[in-house]
Amino acid sequence: MTFIPKPKIAHPSLPRNDLGLTRRDYEGALSTLCAGCGHDSITAAIIEACWGISARPENVVKLSGIGCSSKTTAYFVSGGHGFNSVHGRMPSIAMGANAANRDLHYIGVSGDGDSLSIGLGQFCHAIRRNVNMLYLIENNGVYGLTKGQFSASADIGTRAKKGDVNQQPPIDPVLLAMNLGAGFVARSFSGDKAQLVPLIQAGLKYAGFAVIDIISPCVTFNDHEGSTKSYAYTREHTEAVVAADFVPLQREITADYGAGEALPVVMHDGSRVVLRKLAEDHDPSDPHMAYHSVQQHLARGEILTGLLHLRPTEKTEFHALNRTPDQPLNQLPYAKLAPGSKALEKILARYR
Amino acid sequence: MVAMNAETYARDLREVAPGGYLIYDSTWPRPALLRRDDITVIGIPLARMCNEAFKGVRTRILMKNICYAGALAALLDLDVARIRELLAETYARKPALVDSNMQAIQLGYDYAKQEFQCPLPLRVEKMDGTAGHIMIDGNTAAGLGAVFAGATVAGWYPITPSTSLMDAFKGFADKLRVDPETGRNNFAFIQAEDELAAIGMVLGASWNGARAFTATSGPGISLMGEFLGLAYYAEIPAVVFDVQRVGPSTGMPTRTQQCDILAAAYASHGDTKHVCLYPSNPEECFYMAVQAFDLAERLQTPVLVMTDLDIGMNDWMCRDLKWDDAYQPDRGKVYTREDLEKMEKFYRYLDRDEDGIPYRTFPGTHPKGAYFTRGSGHTQLGTYTEDAAEYQVVLDRLLRKFATAKKLVPEPVIEQDPRNDLAIVSIGSCDGAIREARDILKARGVATNYLRIKGFPFGEEIEKFLAEHRIVYVVEQNRDAQLKSLLTLETRVEKAKLRSLLHYSGLPVSSSFIVDGIFADLGEGRRAVAGGVT
Repeated sequence: MTFIPKPKIAHPSLPRNDLGLTRRDYEGALSTLCAGCGHDSITAAIIEACWGISARPENVVKLSGIGCSSKTTAYFVSGGHGFNSVHGRMPSIAMGANAANRDLHYIGVSGDGDSLSIGLGQFCHAIRRNVNMLYLIENNGVYGLTKGQFSASADIGTRAKKGDVNQQPPIDPVLLAMNLGAGFVARSFSGDKAQLVPLIQAGLKYAGFAVIDIISPCVTFNDHEGSTKSYAYTREHTEAVVAADFVPLQREITADYGAGEALPVVMHDGSRVVLRKLAEDHDPSDPHMAYHSVQQHLARGEILTGLLHLRPTEKTEFHALNRTPDQPLNQLPYAKLAPGSKALEKILARYR
Repeated sequence: MVAMNAETYARDLREVAPGGYLIYDSTWPRPALLRRDDITVIGIPLARMCNEAFKGVRTRILMKNICYAGALAALLDLDVARIRELLAETYARKPALVDSNMQAIQLGYDYAKQEFQCPLPLRVEKMDGTAGHIMIDGNTAAGLGAVFAGATVAGWYPITPSTSLMDAFKGFADKLRVDPETGRNNFAFIQAEDELAAIGMVLGASWNGARAFTATSGPGISLMGEFLGLAYYAEIPAVVFDVQRVGPSTGMPTRTQQCDILAAAYASHGDTKHVCLYPSNPEECFYMAVQAFDLAERLQTPVLVMTDLDIGMNDWMCRDLKWDDAYQPDRGKVYTREDLEKMEKFYRYLDRDEDGIPYRTFPGTHPKGAYFTRGSGHTQLGTYTEDAAEYQVVLDRLLRKFATAKKLVPEPVIEQDPRNDLAIVSIGSCDGAIREARDILKARGVATNYLRIKGFPFGEEIEKFLAEHRIVYVVEQNRDAQLKSLLTLETRVEKAKLRSLLHYSGLPVSSSFIVDGIFADLGEGRRAVAGGVT
């Protein structure tokens, strides 16, 4: 595998965002994933979303662990710093980075192996700490880089390419995140860009931990008959129950939601997410109702998608709880951090 | 010796030096157990007196310890008024306890005065030998050092004996780092779910431009191994305090050793080497904490401060800590927005200054400063590679950077008389015992030179010192001669001249161990083969 920088040629007619940047400015290196990989569609959705909210490329921080999904942080927003860390440990890197500078957009890209097996503990604790980040799980039910072993998200009864049938129950990141108190929990499908882009935008603006579990078929190892994470199976078995439109602060709200079925949720910067209920039995604002609804549908083999649960949690966001200053810690001048020799003398008096 | 634990009476008795005194609780007389002709045994019915004077089981037990202190005051001629002052200081928030404690003191004092010839020939006199000194433990000093160094992010997982270092940092930060205007904390203190996450948080924060650190002990170093290798290869600063305890495995967590020397120096898989500092007392813990942050950012690599339980958790008398208000942190080679604006293109791992240290950038600075941090093979431009030559360029530069580190780590302490060909080499908390041992050896006709190493990688002064001696005793507190191994691996020293004095009982090494070991070795016809003189 080699590194192939993408040529940056922008046609003058390409649309520009508020920063005067085109979508090309949010691209990264050429993908080396298999042709048709769901992950590449997600990369495209991230590029669209970042362009759409006019994120400054240098303010986008891309974090990942190890795996096919984790490689994708090289494929978008080349103007932002990337950190491809170690397997399953991206959440702790994100926590530290976020503690040091609260002002940037943190996008963590992970997979089902990276988040639900080796990194399950770190994933859970990042939720508990309510780190302000967008956490994407590119979920394909298999280990791609090591050639097709089942991951912890593989459903019971799903058949591997080589014929093995999985007998162990799956860990569902959506149920897990709701259980641990996450305030922004969504599920989507790599093939549904119309749904995914506003979800990513809303997640980026959400003040707290936002997780999107994205079914992202592995064309090489898990896209066959008998797999529950194939393109065909996912298209047949998903049901969008909550549609989310992201409305940036600057734009007038024109979404045509009818009274009683739409729920505008204001993000911390004043932008809004407008939720529209598409199913009677799913209430995204109530974590318990949402949990039960997802669980019941899963038991019937139905995968609910959309912004399944949203409630504000900015009061318990990491920096709010730790009472850190508005100015990022990494920008505090040393004079503010140094107690000085006089203070030291006072301290020493206690040790005489 | 005050023997207060019936289970250890026999051992306590054995440990009293001839001519010494042993005090025990004579509520239950033990004539059979306490027979020794060369010492004086003093029985005081502590339990009986406390049971009569105090109510409640807990109080009665606690007061026995205070009561014997009162007896000691009479026997050693201590100033009772001063004891009252100290009690008042200790219980400033609970004044009622001063009176009850004082009652217990008086109880023991009166009993001893009445029953024994006071004071004993052995007595305590008030002196002023401690002016300009403090009593402090190394963990407190290191935590304080981290505050003064400007550390803002602390990620950690509780583990004995390092926990009190983090507690100290938090305690000082709560007082010294709260913004007086806004009441906000100018630091983040994050208790992680495990050591894997703790070091991850430190790397994330350091990578993002904050001074970040963690503290741990042996098991934590094992768990942090993978991330330490990433930090070495991706060149991310980190400060790790390793308060060493007895291994292997869980070992004896409340006992001291210097047993992580090799594990720290080569932590992680692949070709990795780490900068280590070896403080010998709490005073050095304070200064080396600050140095560690400067070195980590200058060299863009983890720095491990190798302290131990003895230094970390016990109070030591140290010179007053001093602070130079002119100090400014060395943030190392970091490009600013202005630098990047002027540049055509930024490459992360180029050796522009030929010292092996590249330039870095922080996220959020400038789109031109963006690069991709990875633990996978990379070129000096920062891009992915599997090309042998491109990979080796980076690996070889890392070695040049490590050579630069030799000149930056603290210089060793060398006490050398050119007429001596015997030397002692050591690190850390062995220092006090070695100093005492050298005095004793000298008085008995064996003059030694001394090298106390304060940092790894080893510099030229260390090479020179080793070359200039015929026999070098390496004193260290572990079974496997880890410091000696590191010296043979990382210097040009002739292995045969290094002889080990290995102390690994879990208790701090004593001067007599060193003196006896050296005499035993010299007496055995100066063996040419290096080996354990344990």
